[in-house]
Amino acid sequence: MKTEARPSVGAALERVEGVEKVTGRARYAYENFPDELAYAVPVQATVARGTVLAADVDAVVRLPGVIAAVWHGNAPRLAPADNAELAVLQSDRVSYRGQYVAVVVAETLQCAREAARLLRIDYDAEPHDVELRADHPEMYRPDRVNAGYPADTELGDPDAALAAAPVLVDATYRTPAEHNNPMEPHATVAVWSGDGLTLHDSTQGVSALRETIAPLFGMPPENVRVISPHVGGGFGSKGAALPPVVLAALAAKHAGRPVKLAVTRQQMFAVTGYRTPTIQRVRLGADTGGRLTAIVHEAFEQSSRLREFAEQTTTPTRVMYAAPDRRTAHRLVRLDVPTPAWMRAPGEAPGMFALESAMDELAVACGIDPVELRIRNEPAAEPESGLPFSSRNLVACLREGARRFGWAGRDPTPAARTRGRMLVGTGVAASTYPVYRRPSRASARCDPDDRFTVRIAAADIGTGARTILTQVAADALRVTPDRVRVEVGDTALPAASLAGGSAGTASWGTAVVRACEALLEELDRRGGDVPAEGLEATADTAEEVGEQPEYARHAFGAQFAEVGVDLDTGEARVLRLLGVFAAGRIVNPVTARSQFVGGMTMGMSMALLEESVMDHEFGDYLNHDLAQYHVPTAMDLPDVQAYWIEEDDPHLNPLGAKGIGEIGIVGTAAAVANAVHHATGVRVRDLPIRLDKLVR
Amino acid sequence: MRPFTYERPADVRSAVAAAAGRPDAAYLGGGTNLVDLMRLGVATPRTLVDVTRISSRAIEETGGGLLIGAGVRNGDLAADPLVRRAQPLLARAVLEGASGQIRNMATVAGNLLQRTRCPYFQDVTKPCNKRLPGSGCPARTGDHRNLAILGHSEHCVATHPSDMAVALAALDALVHVEGPGGARTVPMPGLHRLPGDEPDRDTVLAPGELITAVEVPHLPFAARSRYRKVRDRASFAFAVVSVAAALDVAGGVVRDCRIALGGVAHAPWRAEAAEAALRGAAATPEEFARAADAELARSSPLPRNAFKAPLLRNVLVRTLTDLAEPAGFAESEPVETP
Repeated sequence: MKTEARPSVGAALERVEGVEKVTGRARYAYENFPDELAYAVPVQATVARGTVLAADVDAVVRLPGVIAAVWHGNAPRLAPADNAELAVLQSDRVSYRGQYVAVVVAETLQCAREAARLLRIDYDAEPHDVELRADHPEMYRPDRVNAGYPADTELGDPDAALAAAPVLVDATYRTPAEHNNPMEPHATVAVWSGDGLTLHDSTQGVSALRETIAPLFGMPPENVRVISPHVGGGFGSKGAALPPVVLAALAAKHAGRPVKLAVTRQQMFAVTGYRTPTIQRVRLGADTGGRLTAIVHEAFEQSSRLREFAEQTTTPTRVMYAAPDRRTAHRLVRLDVPTPAWMRAPGEAPGMFALESAMDELAVACGIDPVELRIRNEPAAEPESGLPFSSRNLVACLREGARRFGWAGRDPTPAARTRGRMLVGTGVAASTYPVYRRPSRASARCDPDDRFTVRIAAADIGTGARTILTQVAADALRVTPDRVRVEVGDTALPAASLAGGSAGTASWGTAVVRACEALLEELDRRGGDVPAEGLEATADTAEEVGEQPEYARHAFGAQFAEVGVDLDTGEARVLRLLGVFAAGRIVNPVTARSQFVGGMTMGMSMALLEESVMDHEFGDYLNHDLAQYHVPTAMDLPDVQAYWIEEDDPHLNPLGAKGIGEIGIVGTAAAVANAVHHATGVRVRDLPIRLDKLVR
Repeated sequence: MRPFTYERPADVRSAVAAAAGRPDAAYLGGGTNLVDLMRLGVATPRTLVDVTRISSRAIEETGGGLLIGAGVRNGDLAADPLVRRAQPLLARAVLEGASGQIRNMATVAGNLLQRTRCPYFQDVTKPCNKRLPGSGCPARTGDHRNLAILGHSEHCVATHPSDMAVALAALDALVHVEGPGGARTVPMPGLHRLPGDEPDRDTVLAPGELITAVEVPHLPFAARSRYRKVRDRASFAFAVVSVAAALDVAGGVVRDCRIALGGVAHAPWRAEAAEAALRGAAATPEEFARAADAELARSSPLPRNAFKAPLLRNVLVRTLTDLAEPAGFAESEPVETP
């Protein structure tokens, strides 16, 4: 029954669920309507710190159509959680403005909204502290930072090396708080039946969500089913369990009805995480030829009172450049602010803005071309660990990018080129992102009609995961992709890692390949006969992933930007953005290009547009909608191009693929900022680069 | 949501009668701002009087200019050949505002009567003198980067967000109004108020008054006009500052000019001091700068919007200099942005 098909991996297979999506048949979490459905609308705290004294729930439950009003005074008890954010309505403490303090359940959304508005809540407000400062007296060193990295590292004597360095760059960079704004806001439909809970949820990982939710309600994970076939974007904000999904389950339990809870765009600025603001000091010591002798990168960040989330901001500095003496450090302060979380390339995105801006400053200080400066500091092995790179093609990316962009002959003089009433400049920055792989399970099934079904509780958050897993499975099964159906996004499928850390393709791809191989073996054993009831094989990659040999595994890239700055107004616009990436084998050039271009667009947005403004008087993020929090329009990036260098890296996974979901954003903001400097002579070290920082 | 009644009267007279004496009634045009504000709880009308079917959607040439029906959609206004030929400044200003979808819904009258986008005004959990008189103005000490530098008061630093209104203020438009007390016309500028101690009142319209049309008088030097909008995002963003200007230059001397500013005040701001300084002056960048300084002498920026003063000066000088170029000023067709 086997057929030899042309390899599907590497081909531009169209999105397998594309027609379903554009015709509106793809069902998202909010579009589920179980019988007896009721609507839940949360109530948010209007103080940034204090206690809830009373909630007049009796008054609102008397309103017509209201089924229940829940606050900590009458909420079902949850089991203690490691993450205090998930102890929703379990105490009277208010830890940040906008925190959920109650929820109203009603027959209609309109009724629930009105009752939530009318619910009177009395607070005992306390003075709040919402200001991140590097000299905050409560700054501390976290034990570890996100993704499990050590908070601090040091090699040699960086202070002495800096003191002795002929060329020194010492600069402080700031990035603002930024909020994920996927097109689809978070939404949950929670349905209890007996001891079982079904969640239709917009999530980046059904398996992880089940593992988090079940113990909160004192249940084994098998009692929870999470269904999430389609997700309208996440960028990290749908990676970990958040208060809204807990609140939906809790409200449904209390009301004894299936409940739908949709997070509003405004609520997303309080309850679904954000990128911490950072203050970063970078010191580079170099000889006059630009060879680094010391690198020190220190980051100051915030988290909430509820949960320690320490962004791994300086970790890319541990990977990028050679220098004998070096130090990285993270310091954190807990404030009366919402809890920060993952946003596309946590760590790398803000960290590389600082490091790559500093590298540009060093290039200027040494009078060396910034492409050449980076090439001169290319390490032979991973600088801190000493591990060999499984593959590293940063230099090739820089050279290929320079060639495609037309970098050669660039005059480094700042503020020397005009086009009409515009100052024009170009900039470059490098990018990097680690290659993660996590254990996953998958099954592969063959039916007598010679059609194959691959099942894995992966998540397609718009990346094309379902499509590329179809290609991976087709190749492993040696059939054409039209004979393979891939099912994802359901805990009824074999458990899989979440869509995060750019690890989906590597993690799920490994499991899919192993399941398909096991199926083919079984088919071979049976002489190719498929029994009437079909044949299924499963795989679990825990062992394979756990035993992989030690290498420094990272993707690399280089972004080039051309920027125009209006001479009169200081308006900066990116005229051209070009990236070249080395990320192993590219499984699908169409979906891959979308990931690179999407990441670079988000990086451009980080450079010029995005900033969540903390209101110091009230303690919340003030500009909490898309009219005030700017994300780019098509006119903000007229020309964006992504290219890649194929790598043949045998040390990764059966696909030879590195992750591509996040590297596009990394480095882009620095490339734009460096181009702004080249255009204007003004070095903007605090993002975003808006006209008030450039107008003269 | 709060219950409200929805009425669709048959003509303007019944619409005015429906709203008369009911301060909690609101006229509904395209709904692109009012419906948002109702969702946010900022606007809480008990009665919506839908005037979209009875407001004129005609654009007519009168003896002295154009008469634009209150119900003309912004997109239609900017695309109208008469408007583009006779009042290119107006077409340009409209096209610089909002997005294609919103321009297709929003009406001329609704555009004039849209509310400020001050973040505190739009957040019912915070004080705001415009929304809740006497509650305070947190913007003065909070985030006022996008707010007023001219004509504000201790009670309110909001800006009027319209681009179209800035052009109309420069063009001496007349707003035709029908109300319980009969018909009248209100000149632009003059429709919109400065906040003073009544920031809850955006305009001079009396309760129940309905805009029926906007009349734009012919401007002999309209061809030499420009709308320059400065914004943080290339499209679909409110003005940080904007300038609507028209210049009549003969023999190197400014015979007449019109200048209105957006993004700087509670109302579209007619730059009377700058205009006075320019009439009869040499059409040179030095004189333009002097005129800008004359206008800015009346400004009182706050700490976080102090940059608007030099920004406005630069934009004024640049716009006027471009307009004064005898050969260099080649006006192109108004272009639509997405």
